[in-house]
Amino acid sequence: MELIVNNLSKRFGEKLILDHLSFSMKSGDFMALVGSSGSGKSTILRLIAGLDQPSSGSITVDGTPVSGPGPDRGMVFQKYSLYPWLSAAENVAFGMRLQGLPQRDINERTAYFLEVVGLQDAARKLPRELSGGMQQRVAIARTLATNPKVLLLDEPFGALDLQIREAMQDFLLQLWQRTGLTVLLITHDVEEALVLAQRVHVLAPHPGRIVSTVEVDLDKSDLNQLRLSAAFLEKRRTLAGVLRQLEPALV
Amino acid sequence: MTATAAAASKRRSNGLLSLFTLGAMPSKAVRGGLQVASLLVPLLLWTAIASLGLVDEKFLPSPQAVFRSLASMAESGILFQDIVASTGRVFGGFLLATLLAVPIGICMGVYPAICAICEPLIAMLRYMPAAAFIPLLIIYLGIGEEPKIALIFLGTIYFNILMVMDAVKFVPKELIETTLTLGGRSRQVLVQVVARYSLPSIIDTLRINIATSWNLVVVAELVAAEVGLGKRIQLAQRFFRTDQIFAELIVLGLIGFAIDMGFRLLLRLSCKWAV
Repeated sequence: MELIVNNLSKRFGEKLILDHLSFSMKSGDFMALVGSSGSGKSTILRLIAGLDQPSSGSITVDGTPVSGPGPDRGMVFQKYSLYPWLSAAENVAFGMRLQGLPQRDINERTAYFLEVVGLQDAARKLPRELSGGMQQRVAIARTLATNPKVLLLDEPFGALDLQIREAMQDFLLQLWQRTGLTVLLITHDVEEALVLAQRVHVLAPHPGRIVSTVEVDLDKSDLNQLRLSAAFLEKRRTLAGVLRQLEPALV
Repeated sequence: MTATAAAASKRRSNGLLSLFTLGAMPSKAVRGGLQVASLLVPLLLWTAIASLGLVDEKFLPSPQAVFRSLASMAESGILFQDIVASTGRVFGGFLLATLLAVPIGICMGVYPAICAICEPLIAMLRYMPAAAFIPLLIIYLGIGEEPKIALIFLGTIYFNILMVMDAVKFVPKELIETTLTLGGRSRQVLVQVVARYSLPSIIDTLRINIATSWNLVVVAELVAAEVGLGKRIQLAQRFFRTDQIFAELIVLGLIGFAIDMGFRLLLRLSCKWAV
């Protein structure tokens, strides 16, 4: 799989939101886009998902231009992501139902992906009975169940408490290491990007553009240790410094 | 004793008044008692006024007289006939209005273009009193069941449409977009996500708007009908049977109450996730 974003620009009316963005991803990549508000980072994801149309430039998946939303690019939003009237299992099954998969496949895959995200025991619970972290795991399982080529995550843990957010980062990293997913993560959290991604693009705001790219070649076997290691903290400080310089005086 | 505890105990010692402070949440038993009192107190007042003879019985019949008249109407079968005729009209007109209003309202809520096409027209039609259409309806449709059903239809459809449209606007955009990225087509999004998510609000909308059809069925029957609760009231007036009028009014209230409870039950059964 190859996702190529080439000279992508987006305007809303007069306002330039994204200015000539280019990057590419291959199967198994974990990439993060970090930026503050106003950097158009959500817009990038929406364009790749096909929920908005670019003003100029192109997005292709395996050579085919993106023309609208489709299950080859699975998306997980920050909130309101589950169907509140469906149980966890029914939520996971929903995408496959939409696509008309045979019932037997749906049942098998639902059970499998619930187990992948560690929620086999919560299968029959309604979303409101699940914690925020569990809800996001269901949303991820639901997207994975439709077999996307790339997983688009729009600040998926942004609404969670700090401890739960770290646990979810561990979970997502392990999921990626085990399954060889292709993940594009949007976040404003420098630490989250460094912990998870192999490559981090830093976005500047007004208009959104890539100003710097960091390769993360750290040992990720133990995230708790990683978060405290000197090499990690150094990278984090540098990246946070880059981001801070992009902001006009805030206070 | 701390200051807040003192304040709390002072509030408690105020007794009944404390029920009406902001944020006060009386226990279930107290609320149940108040609900019973809501019906019982007026009934007792009515009984007292009637039995003391404060008002001429011709104008205010006693509860007993009303009950007797209710029983005799029930015995003769008139009451049943009236109820069937009136509820039939209400359900006929309201069902038609609902069947059309729900899809139109959903499309208006989802597609701004459809909203722009329909909203100005509906906003104007909504302010034309349905009862003002009666002469036209009689000219077009005669004096059978059709104009009555049409009147109820006209009187409820616009409100149903606009309220369904509003309900639909509360569907989170993320949920619609998630469905699209899961491979959902427009029709699937509308039926399986938008309609399903709005179902609790739609049921609530119908519960509120069906009251209007009860209004209109009585108006329609006053104009031209053989049977029906409204017709009976008109006949009773001709013979100065205020006891019958009271009885019919109470029946109207009770049926309305039953319909309300029915919708609430439907909501609770079909949308456990939302209640």
